Amino acid sequence: MRNAGIVAWNTFREAVRDRVLYNLVFFALLMIAAAIIVGQISIDIENTVIVSLGLTAISVIGLLIAVFIGVGLVSKEIEKRTLYALLAKPVSRAQFLAGKFGGLVLTLAVNTAAMAAGLFLAVLYAKHGLQAGDAGILIAVYFILLKLALVVALALLFSCFTTPLLAILFTAGLYVAGLFVGDMRTIHSTQMSEAMQAFLRWLSYLLPNFENYDVMGAVAHGRGVPGALVLHNTLYTLLYCGIVLFAAAVIFSRKNLK
Amino acid sequence: MFTPAIEIENLTKDYPTGFLNTRKRRSLDGLTMQVAEGEIFGFLGPNGAGKSTTIKLLMGIIFPTAGKARILARPISDVAMHRDIGYLPEQPYFYDYLTAAELLDYFARFHNLPAAVRKERVRILLKKVGLETAGKIQLRKYSKGMLQRVGLAQAILHDPKVVVLDEPMSGLDPVGRREVRDIILELKQQGKTVMFSTHILPDAESLCDRVGVIVGGKLHGVGRPDEIVGAKAQGYEILFEYSGAPFAAPVLAKAEQSGSRFRLQVPEEKLYAVMDELRQSGARIVGVTQLKPTLEDFFLHLVGADRAQATAVEVSGK
Repeated sequence: MRNAGIVAWNTFREAVRDRVLYNLVFFALLMIAAAIIVGQISIDIENTVIVSLGLTAISVIGLLIAVFIGVGLVSKEIEKRTLYALLAKPVSRAQFLAGKFGGLVLTLAVNTAAMAAGLFLAVLYAKHGLQAGDAGILIAVYFILLKLALVVALALLFSCFTTPLLAILFTAGLYVAGLFVGDMRTIHSTQMSEAMQAFLRWLSYLLPNFENYDVMGAVAHGRGVPGALVLHNTLYTLLYCGIVLFAAAVIFSRKNLK
Repeated sequence: MFTPAIEIENLTKDYPTGFLNTRKRRSLDGLTMQVAEGEIFGFLGPNGAGKSTTIKLLMGIIFPTAGKARILARPISDVAMHRDIGYLPEQPYFYDYLTAAELLDYFARFHNLPAAVRKERVRILLKKVGLETAGKIQLRKYSKGMLQRVGLAQAILHDPKVVVLDEPMSGLDPVGRREVRDIILELKQQGKTVMFSTHILPDAESLCDRVGVIVGGKLHGVGRPDEIVGAKAQGYEILFEYSGAPFAAPVLAKAEQSGSRFRLQVPEEKLYAVMDELRQSGARIVGVTQLKPTLEDFFLHLVGADRAQATAVEVSGK
């Protein structure tokens, strides 16, 4: 655990020094522009528009970082052979993977927290004050972070056995498929055989359920998020990430480096 | 008493090749050898001989197809054993966003060294490898030779019992090579075991207690450098000065002139007779050197034989 923490901190340091957090400048500009423009053209829906826009931006920017940096976490270390000296230290490959995962999730957490602060400032500017219902934004941001952690775990898994390009495609494909898990479970079509419908239902439980993390609509309209969903999503993410990282560790522990 | 620090038994490594990875190329073929505790062991071989493959197998970077190895009596799969080993990879590359001091501190953390000890060790090691003034520069600005020095520093940072260096002299200027030689000798004086691969045979000959020569994935000899090349003298070389008439003595015709001096190689049984003949013809003998085969001769002979065999196999289509 300690070794994973050391690797995680270094991964975070790498992200900071490689200027990954510079995306915050883009987000800040987006929020400033949105707050000013929406305040001038919207009638009583400033909050909805700003919250929707802000959460979407947090999610999209986070996803880009999670996928593109996630697939490079391991492959870059192998490609540049920086891993050689590290593996000669008393560090297991599983600890290394856990550290890389933790480091990128920490980076995303800092990034997401900073963007959430920016979103709150934009809401404050547009509404000239905050209400109790705005706390829902925090839950939406928390769900985005959980979703990003799961995406990082998937990217890490794929990067352990395939090329970075394919890992990006697999991760993005799985993310998109995971957005339609609900539809796969409730599908009733006369055009589709019973066997295919049963297969889709089975597959829907295997795929990561990214639908559950989307509470953007509810939060933007000031509706609350059930506490049970918070608990469910937290446990689901922990379990799913645990399984994915375990699989990644099993594959990576047997991998011959170049 | 010979106590092995590194034991390698029938270690074999095949790499898949071909479009579907269905064919195999044998990189290491049944390597069996031992490195004794406290010795400097040189691992010699041409490019592609299997030196780096062996070292990567020992460090757990790749996994063997067959065979096993132990370091300090523990299997190489034992990660905890890595507390006692240091490793310099071939042509090392490190996190270029870190400074040398940060990199060494990062690696030292895995050895549970307290912050004050880490700081002191980093300072000492940077000085030892000649980077005390470059410790706060990011590694992306380092030259190949400087990276090699950082690599050496991280390998010995935690005071390991066994140090494995893959081509430690590579990329270094003569001063750097001398410093690395001194560090290796210092490690030996401290009772450490050092195994290093190299192409630079004179270094191996002068530094190593024993060497192993590997060609084409197979070990062709292990022992003291003079032992494996054969200790028997191949004759003598007489160095002399001569200013008399050319070819005053028949033996002079066989000598090679080099500046104002002449060199003459003679078999052992004729040494004294030839020396008498030279003296009688007015030559002044400056020195007599015993001719022994060098490690380089042995190495080149093996590589030549291996290449000839490879060509023969290719021609016969086997």
